[in-house]
Amino acid sequence: MSNQEKEPIFSAKNLKLLTAPLGKDNPITMQVLGICSALAVTVKLKPALIMALSVIAVIAISNVIISVMRKYIPDRIRIIVQLVVIASLVILVDQILKAYAFEVSKQLSVFVGLIITNCIIMGRLEAFALANKPWPSFIDGLGNGAGYGIILLLVAFFRELLGSGTVYGYPVMEKLGLYSAGYENNGMMILPPMALIVVGLMIWFQRSRDKSLIEKN
Amino acid sequence: MKNFSNRYIFIFSAVMVIFVATLLSLAATLLQPRQQRNLETEKKKSMLEAVGIISTAETAESLYEKYITESYVLDIKGNIVQGVNAFNVVLKDEQKKSPEQQNLPLFEAQLEDGKKIVIIPVEGKGLWGPIYGYVSIKSDMNTIYGVTFDHKGETPGLGAEINTTDFESMFKGLKLFEDNEFVSIRVVKGGSPPYDPHGVDAISGGTITSKGLEAMLKDCLVKYEDYFINNRN
Repeated sequence: MSNQEKEPIFSAKNLKLLTAPLGKDNPITMQVLGICSALAVTVKLKPALIMALSVIAVIAISNVIISVMRKYIPDRIRIIVQLVVIASLVILVDQILKAYAFEVSKQLSVFVGLIITNCIIMGRLEAFALANKPWPSFIDGLGNGAGYGIILLLVAFFRELLGSGTVYGYPVMEKLGLYSAGYENNGMMILPPMALIVVGLMIWFQRSRDKSLIEKN
Repeated sequence: MKNFSNRYIFIFSAVMVIFVATLLSLAATLLQPRQQRNLETEKKKSMLEAVGIISTAETAESLYEKYITESYVLDIKGNIVQGVNAFNVVLKDEQKKSPEQQNLPLFEAQLEDGKKIVIIPVEGKGLWGPIYGYVSIKSDMNTIYGVTFDHKGETPGLGAEINTTDFESMFKGLKLFEDNEFVSIRVVKGGSPPYDPHGVDAISGGTITSKGLEAMLKDCLVKYEDYFINNRN
């Protein structure tokens, strides 16, 4: 082991782990995971941002924990172990927030529980952390969390702008004077189906830009 | 991955479960006093907000002492019930009792300009869980001075909008009575006409929460009807 060359912390391979999920290997638009929460929390930018940050934290930390334990986790109960790690992490974070950052915990409210059900986290544990060292796992977690977050924020940006006429609570449409020109907010954007349609449009846009993403068949 | 024996798997899961259980219960017990204190501060903050005083977690305690001068518990006829601390009344538990046995908490605030405002806690059901808040009423026992609402887990961006200032500010100046009859507040889908002194606009996409809010106000405030009528000035 000692003569094995040490890999630099940000080697090309590790950097790729961080950047691939942002584009070509995005958990939402490419792997179509985590759609449920993308639909629920993207009406406004603020909850989407909080959700994105919490998922990044949970995914990175649980990736590291599972990766550290990977040699000791029996294959047959690995899914249960993963669930236990994610769920206890989320509960722990929730308890700590309630005690020391009450305001934040109030804003997160149901999201904290929703994080447990986010399929991206378990997907990464299963597909990556179980077979890789802690540091690459950590980076992979950050990358996938960020890839998820970017899509969440994009969807929320369009839904908030077109549905409520604001961006992060700032009344853009009103300041532009569009209401007096007869513009009206599109109430449909607030409803859940539009989140799916916006995600669908993004997938379409991404694939039409990069033909290599289209499955041949 | 290696193949582990059954014995290893049993021991592994037992150790894991015990470890996680200890960790979580330890966290819950150690953090509970702090969480409890946060909840109390939050309650004081909400009450202050209902009379238009914005406080932070640090100032809530002293501002509460300064402005909230009295608190009592009433029965359904408007008489004061002795020996019960209004601050500790759990509304959810009271609502399970029959109306005659319920303790109805009421708080009085004395503002800087000398105005006396009564604050009444309300609690009801939203779409996913409880919604609650405080309604403050001017001394004519008819005009709403301010409200503050909050919720446990309404949909962000939809039902959760009930705790925004935009929504809450619509209640200011609304009337509870019409020709001496208690009519409460209507939450109107599609917008309430501006001349209606009993109506506010519902939240688009948050119909069930809006309806729940309307029912909450009516159910909770109607119990104070006798008190309102007897204490007008």
